Amino acid sequence: MPAPIRLRELIRTIRTARTQAEEREMIQKECAAIRSSFREEDNTYRCRNVAKLLYMHMLGYPAHFGQLECLKLIASQKFTDKRIGYLGAMLLLDERQDVHLLMTNCIKNDLNHSTQYVQGLALCTLGCMGSSEMCRDLAGEVEKLLKTSNSYLRKKAALCAVHVIRKVPELMEMFLPATKNLLSEKNHGVLHTSVVLLTEMCERSPDMLAHFRKLVPQLVRILKNLIMSGYSPEHDVSGISDPFLQVRILRLLRILGKSDDDSSEAMNDILAQVATNTETSKNVGNAILYETVLTIMDIKSESGLRVLAINILGRFLLNNDKNIRYVALTSLLKTVQTDHNAVQRHRSTIVDCLKDLDVSIKRRAMELSFALVNGNNIRGMMKELLYFLDSCDPEFKADCASGVFLAAEKYGTDSLTSLHVTAVLSCVLAGSYVRDDSVPNLIQLITNSVEMHAYTVQRLYKALLDDISQQPLVQVASWCIGEYGDLLVSGQCEEEEPIQDEVLDVLEGLLVSNLSTPVTRGYALTAIMKLSTRFSSVNRIKKVVSIYGSSIDVELQQRAVEYNALFKKYDHMRANPNPNIAVITIHASNSTEAEMTDFVFQAAVPKTFQLQLLSPSSNVVPALNQGTVTQVIRVLNPQKQQLRMRIKLTYTHKGSPVQDLAEVNNFPPQSWQ
Amino acid sequence: MQFMLLFSRQGKLRLQKWYVPLSDKEKKKITRELVQTVLARKPKMCSFLEWRDLKIVYKRYASLYFCCAIEDQDNELITLEIIHRYVELLDKYFGSVCELDIIFNFEKAYFILDEFLLGGEAQETSKKNVLKAIEQADLLQEVSNTGLHPESFVNPSCV
Repeated sequence: MPAPIRLRELIRTIRTARTQAEEREMIQKECAAIRSSFREEDNTYRCRNVAKLLYMHMLGYPAHFGQLECLKLIASQKFTDKRIGYLGAMLLLDERQDVHLLMTNCIKNDLNHSTQYVQGLALCTLGCMGSSEMCRDLAGEVEKLLKTSNSYLRKKAALCAVHVIRKVPELMEMFLPATKNLLSEKNHGVLHTSVVLLTEMCERSPDMLAHFRKLVPQLVRILKNLIMSGYSPEHDVSGISDPFLQVRILRLLRILGKSDDDSSEAMNDILAQVATNTETSKNVGNAILYETVLTIMDIKSESGLRVLAINILGRFLLNNDKNIRYVALTSLLKTVQTDHNAVQRHRSTIVDCLKDLDVSIKRRAMELSFALVNGNNIRGMMKELLYFLDSCDPEFKADCASGVFLAAEKYGTDSLTSLHVTAVLSCVLAGSYVRDDSVPNLIQLITNSVEMHAYTVQRLYKALLDDISQQPLVQVASWCIGEYGDLLVSGQCEEEEPIQDEVLDVLEGLLVSNLSTPVTRGYALTAIMKLSTRFSSVNRIKKVVSIYGSSIDVELQQRAVEYNALFKKYDHMRANPNPNIAVITIHASNSTEAEMTDFVFQAAVPKTFQLQLLSPSSNVVPALNQGTVTQVIRVLNPQKQQLRMRIKLTYTHKGSPVQDLAEVNNFPPQSWQ
Repeated sequence: MQFMLLFSRQGKLRLQKWYVPLSDKEKKKITRELVQTVLARKPKMCSFLEWRDLKIVYKRYASLYFCCAIEDQDNELITLEIIHRYVELLDKYFGSVCELDIIFNFEKAYFILDEFLLGGEAQETSKKNVLKAIEQADLLQEVSNTGLHPESFVNPSCV
């Protein structure tokens, strides 16, 4: 039986394959050879075969039949075997399969091996992939090694303990005694891993956190030594001594100082020192500054220090290195709520980042910009954000448009609303990346900008002539045409106004189009109905509405039936509509998974009004928006006061009764004036 | 760190180190999608991206991409330094490392990584110490291959 081919030989051979099929053939041939070698329990070449299997596994081929062989290698006395065996275990074994538990005993033995490199292999494997059961069984061994004077093992044991704690948090207590003098170590490896272990413990347990607070002075001292000490070739990175350790210490200090005045005060000086003295020309210095800033912002630092931190971030924003700009924006986003004014000072730089080429930077700059909008800067910010909205990538448009709406709602004054509506409309018309839930917001915005109504309905109508596929656009357009159709045909617009029949053609087109969603159809039908009070072609509208009275779409049917009723029962009002009566139709829908039964809508109005509630279409609101309940309310308002209404909804949902109360105060002025 | 992947510009995987338990299928899926995402990045873009709910830090050295997935609280900039340190270790060990070294000696690349990181965190911040440990372990491997019983190998002083 010839010796199995060497690993490197196999790699060389496989790389000569010119097609996937050729490679697969080679792999299959080799796997077959390896399998028979395994079957023969060949000890000499097991290691070589498993190594080859690991290579093939990396290429994407199955290698599970090598799992037990890895265990055999681990149990071998040869170091080479153990090395490959543990590597194989880490690559092939899965903690979800029981097979991995067979490792436990071997690892236990190896943790007590006389050779530290074998102990190291065991610690590494346990710390990388140990399951909860293994961790429970072996925690004692790890704890022992955490107390050894051998720093090579001690540092590994510390990280292994971190893994054990993550897997079995209840075991954390048992490691407490061993942490006693971890920070007294001179060895940087041990110091680093100890700080990681202490961090893990403090993050998981408030008691541990309180217990370890006393370490703050020691941590501060260690950090100080790192900064003040001269050049140490062993730990130097671009002139900075052990940046990895510095960053971890800063992170632990953050956790320890978080809600504690005394600790925060004790670390104040060192933070200021690091913040001002760290070399910023290379990434490594900036990494430390970044961590320092995060710590300053999170603990109870004095205001001078906080301003220093924000200014560092401000400088980061101007850095040529885009990675630095990225972390600056991320950090500023975290602090913008608590240190709003300080961050505002960097607003113009942040806004400049909207023009950055990098997508991640743009997104963060956008989020931060929205967070910075306030009553004072809205005009300028809106200009920038609308420009961004116009020119940004599709993936941003929806979020940006929503942000613009929200900002306009919150801070927009009347004079600005027009600006917003114009620009947002431009975007919506250009590509309609507006999210569906923005439709009501946009309608509200349009309603409020009275002087824009004619312009808005004209532009939206024109857009509909070109394209009826973008649903949010179509819905807003339909609503506007229904509401302001009279402005559309009356010649108030600069361009040639359409005639009534043309407008009705468009709306009817929406009703029949395959592109329209049911929601859109609802909007279109309602719009047509509304036009019956604005247009003269009432008969045509009547005909359309009655056709949809037998529509398959239940929602449309319901609406049509209601509207038909309005035609029949209230036609006498049409000729002489009582200007004091407002007719309101409510539509109730239910997006939850269970239907609402015994649904009752009640309303109360101030004394000067009179209310008449007609019967509802049903008292069951189907689940998942599969239909609505409509009800017509007539409100008599002889004194022409602003309409306010208190509403009460009662229904049964999933077996329990529900009651909901609300006040409705934002009826559009046209409804009561 | 949750995992580290090394892959070529053609998307071939050269090393995968996972610090979180996932099935082979999940690992393959993540690898495929992430490799695609990173390879689609333009050279001028920054080294960080958000992917699913992870922070990804990646850097290209010659023909190899080094890609790490870190947690929310982890420092992206220092992760770049971690990647750089690993590259330096490989460079020192192989003597001016190139992708072929990693391909033909992948097990050694793993051994070096396992002396530098443990459970996703740095266990040794001194370049010298990591290399010394690897050197000693390699020696031990030589000894064990030539038949000498490993127990007769005397422990060196703590490194």
